[in-house]
Amino acid sequence: MEVRVLAATGVLGAGFKVESLRRGVELQPTFIACDAGSTDSGPAYLGSGKPKLSKDACKRDLRLLLNARDALQVPLIIGSCGTSGRDVGVDWVADIAGEIATEERIHFRAALIKSDQSPAYLKMRFEHGRIRPLNPAPLLTEAVIESSHVVGMMGAEPIAAAIAAGAEVVLAGRASDSALFAAVPLMRGAHAGLVWHAAKTLECGAACAVVPAADGMFAVIRDDHFDIEPLDLEARCTPQSIAAHTLYENANPFLLTEPSGVIDTQVADYVANSERSVRVSGSRFTEASEYTIKLEGAQLVGYQTAVIGGIRDPHIIRSLDSLLPKAKAYFDARIADLFPGQISSKDYDISYRIYGRDAVMGLLEPMRNSQAAYEVGVLITITAPSQELANKIATLVSHVSAHLPVPAYHGIISSIAYPFSPPELPRGPVYRFSLNHVVLPDDPCEMFRTEMLEF
Amino acid sequence: MATLFELCNLIRSKNAGPFVLTFDLMFSSQENYDRAKRARPLTKALLAEMYGQAEEDITLVYHDHALAIKASMPRPIFQGELQDSDCYGGQQYVPLLGLHVD
Repeated sequence: MEVRVLAATGVLGAGFKVESLRRGVELQPTFIACDAGSTDSGPAYLGSGKPKLSKDACKRDLRLLLNARDALQVPLIIGSCGTSGRDVGVDWVADIAGEIATEERIHFRAALIKSDQSPAYLKMRFEHGRIRPLNPAPLLTEAVIESSHVVGMMGAEPIAAAIAAGAEVVLAGRASDSALFAAVPLMRGAHAGLVWHAAKTLECGAACAVVPAADGMFAVIRDDHFDIEPLDLEARCTPQSIAAHTLYENANPFLLTEPSGVIDTQVADYVANSERSVRVSGSRFTEASEYTIKLEGAQLVGYQTAVIGGIRDPHIIRSLDSLLPKAKAYFDARIADLFPGQISSKDYDISYRIYGRDAVMGLLEPMRNSQAAYEVGVLITITAPSQELANKIATLVSHVSAHLPVPAYHGIISSIAYPFSPPELPRGPVYRFSLNHVVLPDDPCEMFRTEMLEF
Repeated sequence: MATLFELCNLIRSKNAGPFVLTFDLMFSSQENYDRAKRARPLTKALLAEMYGQAEEDITLVYHDHALAIKASMPRPIFQGELQDSDCYGGQQYVPLLGLHVD
């Protein structure tokens, strides 16, 4: 038994070397897979449905992968389309695939697997106690469900079902990164522990190589081990680099949770095949007694305007702790006066981050009470229920912040240096992650909808 | 006496999803890793104190194959909240750099 896996790159649109893909094709993969999304860049993508990487970058990678698939006639699996994996993200990638099919005169049958979750479905599961919080999780209520964009993170089953139904290209919504790489090997009957461990290692492409790169990896899964190597002949991987990859962006490197169970790498063994290839054996997979689908949700917080400035005067820097609360109290009174009945103090947020002091770590900053910097950067964010209100409040905030009543001086001075005119930068909608929960579905596929398209 | 920074060739913090902050400390040699494994410079109690978390919510693992220490905890501020200043959680490891290893 042998399954040969080509992992194109860490994320569709990040790029890879043409030469690496060519080498991967020569190695005769059973299938090609690539992830296209993440929550790592924050809630804006799930909230807005907009992709993080440009269409040009995604189209470049997808064109090369579709052509490689066409030459090999093997399945190509793309997951978490459009960064968030929302339905609009799947449609966006499908449109790009359609353009490429026309331009390259290639044909394929594609399965679009949608993963948006309707409030009606979620409320039904919530009522029946079939939605559980992970640790930690924000409080879940019906109001949160109704005001959030929610996707379910699919496991290998809907992808395997699409391929069994004849899909040559799978464009999946939000999916476990590992599931993209596990679906085909599991269909072929490969050892679940090895499959999931290989999948977990492959999902970031050559991030597990020495030196880490946005490029391809290749794995061969056999009966009692898998071999893995980077596709770039200049790159290599080592037992340490492959073992260390289980640490990346995971909470526990020994026990990695997937919808259908837990990958156990505790007793896995890693040996070098050569200077650039590693053999892994002993990995286990424990089937879960309850199948779980992780939910990701993003909720609109408001609209934001940012103001950026700097302070050079040490007397002002020293006085900030007393000046800023006074300024905020003044803002509250002035906003109540200017917008009576339109907005109350709980509807807006005015925050100062003082770069050079404690902006990055906040209250956890161990140096926050040490000697002051000679210069600090100031980032002010104003968040309100509409962009118009955020902009209006921001003009007030930037004006007042520029003329703080510094105790060391008598008379008016400019207390912040603004680099821009106007200093206010409208940022549009801002979102928060509103769920960290799992659903217990009756069936691994019930939350996902598959549509077949001929290109 | 040496610092973690001196014994490691990579120390990083990162999101493990929007709600969990994770730290990876990769030692630069078997000897350095063994030294840290003996001395235990990182404990759940110390991490709990430094990052304002409950000790029972902290995962701490010494990974022999990876020559690494791995720690994870609830994110002190969830990713993307209005007060979050580190979207990727990428600059939260710095207070660990200077910890001493016997």
